[in-house]
Amino acid sequence: MTDTTANTPKETPLHAIHAELGASFTDFGGWDMPLKYGSELAEHRAVREAAGLFDLSHMGEVRISGTDAAAFLDYALVAKYSKMTIGKAKYGVIVNESGGLLDDLITYRIGDEEFLIVPNASNTPAVVAALKDRVQHFVQDVAPGSDVRLTDESDATALLAVQGPNSEAIILRALDESGHGEFGPRTGAGDQAKAEVTDDANGGATSAGDDKITIGEAVRELKYYAWMPLTIAGIDLMLARTGYTGEDGFELYAPNIGATRLWETLVTSGADYGLVPCGLAARDSLRLEAGMPLYGNELDQNTSPFDAGLGRMIGFKTKDDFFARETLAKIGETEPPRVLVGLTSEGRRAARSGAAVSVDGAEVGIVTSGQPSPTLGHPIALAYIDRAHAEVGTAVTVDIRGKAHDFTVAELPFYKRPAH
Amino acid sequence: MAQLPPLPQNFTYSAEHEWVDGAADELVGKTVKVGITAVAADALGEVVYVDLPEVGDTVTAGETCGEVESTKSVSDLYTPVTGEIVTINELATANPGLLNSDPYGEGWLFEVAVTEVGEVMDAAGYAEANSL
Repeated sequence: MTDTTANTPKETPLHAIHAELGASFTDFGGWDMPLKYGSELAEHRAVREAAGLFDLSHMGEVRISGTDAAAFLDYALVAKYSKMTIGKAKYGVIVNESGGLLDDLITYRIGDEEFLIVPNASNTPAVVAALKDRVQHFVQDVAPGSDVRLTDESDATALLAVQGPNSEAIILRALDESGHGEFGPRTGAGDQAKAEVTDDANGGATSAGDDKITIGEAVRELKYYAWMPLTIAGIDLMLARTGYTGEDGFELYAPNIGATRLWETLVTSGADYGLVPCGLAARDSLRLEAGMPLYGNELDQNTSPFDAGLGRMIGFKTKDDFFARETLAKIGETEPPRVLVGLTSEGRRAARSGAAVSVDGAEVGIVTSGQPSPTLGHPIALAYIDRAHAEVGTAVTVDIRGKAHDFTVAELPFYKRPAH
Repeated sequence: MAQLPPLPQNFTYSAEHEWVDGAADELVGKTVKVGITAVAADALGEVVYVDLPEVGDTVTAGETCGEVESTKSVSDLYTPVTGEIVTINELATANPGLLNSDPYGEGWLFEVAVTEVGEVMDAAGYAEANSL
């Protein structure tokens, strides 16, 4: 059933493993990615109840370094990056000249003078091109003589995600099984991120002093949207407590050459914890339940950060000049006519992307993503609708293949993981 | 894992991925079951809802007669044969997952008293058309 198109899609270093597991593949952003391995509902549930393993190596990785790396990011992106703590991650966006969203991305602070930006797969070339332009403009005009370097590491970097309530136990087991994990080589800017951790690499065998913690403890204490360097099965990697599923979980950035070994190590470590390989179908239904936007659906070049409800990220008050500041300020003067909301229904029919939303027969919005929610058991959707009808509880109808179906504006996220 | 169940050799198939449980030249005058193939079920993803014609409706070969909704999309359901709907598989409408788990058995959709057969092919033809 797989289409073989003229433009051969790119493959991640784990493609052969996915094929061996019997995955169905789909073209996503120019990549031949696993859509599902068996049942996408079972994969979705595994992440909610146990754990799932994702290959996200299609995502981009762009390193920004140099004495003025932080100042450059303050200029090139809308939020403020120079105040980020080393070891933290931040969700943000990059806009074009018109203030439209070029991409949403995660930025990790690696060191005083080093950041790693992770754009979406399909947008990586555009983001790299835009950032290169901005580097040039920055070092020539904005801050002449400043030191900023950009390295596109996308094609050399694999990204695996372990998501779900058992994720932490699986990472800890992987550390144990690879002869107690060790921190990455103590060179480079990563040092600062592990400053608070001792080099007691023996997995807790020795008694720790007051300010000393073991690697396992460091993993356990790693906060949401933070990262640490780690070695698993001899592979030096970045372990980040981030994800796109609404569950606790980790994303592991590693060189391509270690991808297969890392995948296999995680599969082995996850065997007792219900870890299941998961494809993009489950990733999409999980992120939708978590109310997270997907570039191409909720976000695009015609959508401003204000439209998407991300206006507060823009550093109008915390930064001086930055890219497209004037344009964004102008857009921000008027409230966007439509806002992004959640919709739910008690019926069985799911609203799909592109479906019209109406109130009293008049069209007031459009659905951007929609599915039956596997966890909640009823249809959920994200939609842009007129501000006047955006209040939670508002009754609307959605046109599903020519028939009006009742939906209600609902609070986001649709699903929130149970507190510990 | 994604290994599809084998095609029943004695069934008749349509290009739109429906099956009829009988050989094409023996269908007229009989009441036959209609369902969707494992190829279709797999491509759709997990089926969460099926909208079927009602008992007593007349359906026409090659035309849509319902919808199949999966986690990721909605598809029209076509009938490969013309005739009156005799029975609806309420087990399948209540448990749409049967279309995935047992597409050629418990996951059948409706029974038709056949008066005419549309454009169909045999198992070998369907297998070839879908590179099975």
